Amino acid sequence: MSQIGKMVAQRLALGLLTLFIVSLIIFGCVELLPGNFAQEMLGRGATPETVAAFNRELGLDLPPHERYVNWLFDMLQGDFGRSLANQREISELLGIRLQNTLFLAAVAAVIAIPLAVSLGILAALYRDSIFDRGVNAMTLTAISFPEFFVAYVLIIVLGVTLNLFPAISNISEELGFWEKVYRTALPALTMTLVILAYVMRMTRAAIINLLASPYIEMARLKGLRPGRIILKHALPNALAPIINVVVLNLAYLVVGVVLVEVVFVYPGLGQLLVDSVAKRDIPVVQACSLVFAATYVLLNLLADVLSIMSNPRLLHPR
Amino acid sequence: MNDATIGEVILDMRGLRIEGRSDEIWHEIVHGIDVTLHRGEVLGLIGESGAGKSTIGLAAMGFARDGCRISGGSIMFDGVDLAKASDDGLRQLRGSRIAYVAQSAAAAFNPAHKLIDQYCEAPVQHGIMPRAEAESDAIDLYRRLQLPGPDTIGFRYPHQVSGGQLQRAMTAMAMACRPDLIVFDEPTTALDVTTQIEVLSAIREIVRQFNTAAIYITHDLAVVSQMADRIMVLRHGNLVEEGETRGMIEDPQKDYTRDLLAVRTFRKDTADSPGADMPLLRVEGVSAAYGKVPVLYDVSMDIHRKRTVAVVGESGSGKSTMARVITGLLPPSQGQVFYDGLPLPLDHRKRNKDEKRRLQMIYQMPDTAINPRQRVSAIIGRPLEFYLGLRGADRTARVRELLEMIELDPDEFIDRYPGELSGGQKQRVCIARALAAEPELIICDEVTSALDQLVAEEILKLLQRLQDELGLAYMFITHDLATVRAIADEIVVMLQGKIVEQGPKQQVLSPPHHEYTELLLSSVPEMDPDWLDNLLDDRQGENA
Repeated sequence: MSQIGKMVAQRLALGLLTLFIVSLIIFGCVELLPGNFAQEMLGRGATPETVAAFNRELGLDLPPHERYVNWLFDMLQGDFGRSLANQREISELLGIRLQNTLFLAAVAAVIAIPLAVSLGILAALYRDSIFDRGVNAMTLTAISFPEFFVAYVLIIVLGVTLNLFPAISNISEELGFWEKVYRTALPALTMTLVILAYVMRMTRAAIINLLASPYIEMARLKGLRPGRIILKHALPNALAPIINVVVLNLAYLVVGVVLVEVVFVYPGLGQLLVDSVAKRDIPVVQACSLVFAATYVLLNLLADVLSIMSNPRLLHPR
Repeated sequence: MNDATIGEVILDMRGLRIEGRSDEIWHEIVHGIDVTLHRGEVLGLIGESGAGKSTIGLAAMGFARDGCRISGGSIMFDGVDLAKASDDGLRQLRGSRIAYVAQSAAAAFNPAHKLIDQYCEAPVQHGIMPRAEAESDAIDLYRRLQLPGPDTIGFRYPHQVSGGQLQRAMTAMAMACRPDLIVFDEPTTALDVTTQIEVLSAIREIVRQFNTAAIYITHDLAVVSQMADRIMVLRHGNLVEEGETRGMIEDPQKDYTRDLLAVRTFRKDTADSPGADMPLLRVEGVSAAYGKVPVLYDVSMDIHRKRTVAVVGESGSGKSTMARVITGLLPPSQGQVFYDGLPLPLDHRKRNKDEKRRLQMIYQMPDTAINPRQRVSAIIGRPLEFYLGLRGADRTARVRELLEMIELDPDEFIDRYPGELSGGQKQRVCIARALAAEPELIICDEVTSALDQLVAEEILKLLQRLQDELGLAYMFITHDLATVRAIADEIVVMLQGKIVEQGPKQQVLSPPHHEYTELLLSSVPEMDPDWLDNLLDDRQGENA
């Protein structure tokens, strides 16, 4: 097990390096954004003098590298700074929004991952049957549309026509758990449809890939049932690619929600990011981007660890 | 194995026909074979690859691989026609009454589960015994098959167990439900000779103890003559000859069988002993390691011009590593390699084109050593262009010459893809590619191991002829002592990264031997049905 500990430590260090590089890129890109916060804020009152005064007050007149270093060191001390737009602590702002986004991602994952993996296993078991083709066609159709389109279709059908779920997913902390689930149903469903095909097709392909291997032939010659062959003999060896695609999609559920949150006016991190970009609220944009990057790094680390745990060769060395 | 234990007919295949699909067309690959097997009898199926022996063995379980189908005939197993049985009916027989032992146990055991879990699966799933009983039964069988630590070995994963032990564990697994029939599909082909003996004797012992009928598939007549009561010789899906083992070995009726029996007769003429001239290649005090794992310890050897040095040893003895050191793929941690008296850069990246050109390699698997998307002309033409700068018509002319040298008709073969060549032809193309660089030394790494005996023999003869004509030196890496006898001038015997014995062929192959050389030599199966019995008696006697 110490091997895994060592690997985790290595990957974590690499992850920190990645985050550092990402912070540079984020900062650089934000610098390139057209427009200026002071002008945006002051509106018609933006004369050269007021803009200069405003910038000086917020430290925006410093050269970029100084601002970067200040930002980085503050962040290393846990201080994300304050929002330019409303002067609130960014960490506080992020906390609530991140919670909401993670909640939505969790609801979507709980529906999507088991469904996709089971569909993939079934499709592998009954490959080339009508079931297999049907599942393939449907999931492919679902990912072929842009997610906002899927979202609007769901709103029209499930929200407006059938009136099953609210079309706007406005949640707040005082709501009960099930009420929150009920309100997030449509965005969660949208994201389920978006990731279903990837996970399902990867599961199917990973399993089918193994069906020609000698140990599967051996299992068949031992007279085992087809379902048992797939579940006991193929699936454990197909776990590594499946884990990887599942985790990548989990990352997408957290990070890729921007459009879906906007469509459903969901108070998550994506919505915050979009609003902040519109307001040129640079510190918030940077903090959001960094949280997204950290999510990717952590989830990929998780994928690596789980893949190793699923491989007896690495888990039980000679 | 004697008449008293051979009972009524358990398996009777009549007019068995099997088709295989290639390019969307079904071709018949087994043309109406009859196989009869009695209880407690061991039948040997022998033939070269493509003879259909594995296909027939699997058909005895009512099984056809993907891309194959049983197209005719009947397969009566204890009163049930497997050719007509339902999937469910077949499933209930497989594993419980007919079991299978695959060629490569390392590939046929599921890497994700412990050995004993895989053992218990068939008896539990077929409802023959509960898990606890199956486990204690497994330990009993592991003990009978003389696996080390029978109480604990089952709780290991396949990758934690050696190849020979895995093959015995697989035999135990096949025995789990005490089947009436076991199909052994080349169970020892992937093993070293010394390991092969342990597995052969274990298999024979257990089959006798339980009076199980068995089909034993192999391409090695010497092996099958130890195992089988009766032998069927197959070729291209047809029966060549069938008979009782001793009679077939002593008095084969058909030419093809005689060819198979006679295959190991090729011997190169003994060359003069090496002169005092400078060796073409000298390896001096080389030690090498993969990461922190040492594989070679202080190894020294010479290869002289126009001579063949055979490097012999079991897998893991470091013989392929030696080739990697010489070619510069694995720079040694200590020692030096001299070529023509001059030190050769240890890292291949530091060698110049000419140093690379003079030293070429031929590999074990011609399938993976040539690019399947290139035509023969491109495969052989590339080194011509790279090393010698030949282009256009000159290059084509030289490719044609090389093809003639390796006895392939240029008009017919120059535009073919590797997929359109047989295994032997592919290996010939690999030889031509090595020759194209006009080398002085060729390292042949197990070049005949993946080939059938008759084809391997032809390749050895070709290599010999090329040596005589072109004055090449060969370093011949092999685990097959028959090949060594045929082609070597000098022999280097390796064990666990060290050279245990080296010298001219006559000296190494005639007594007194080094202990390990003795073990290797005595482990090569001979075409004598009593060989294994005598050998085991001898070794038992020594130990007693």
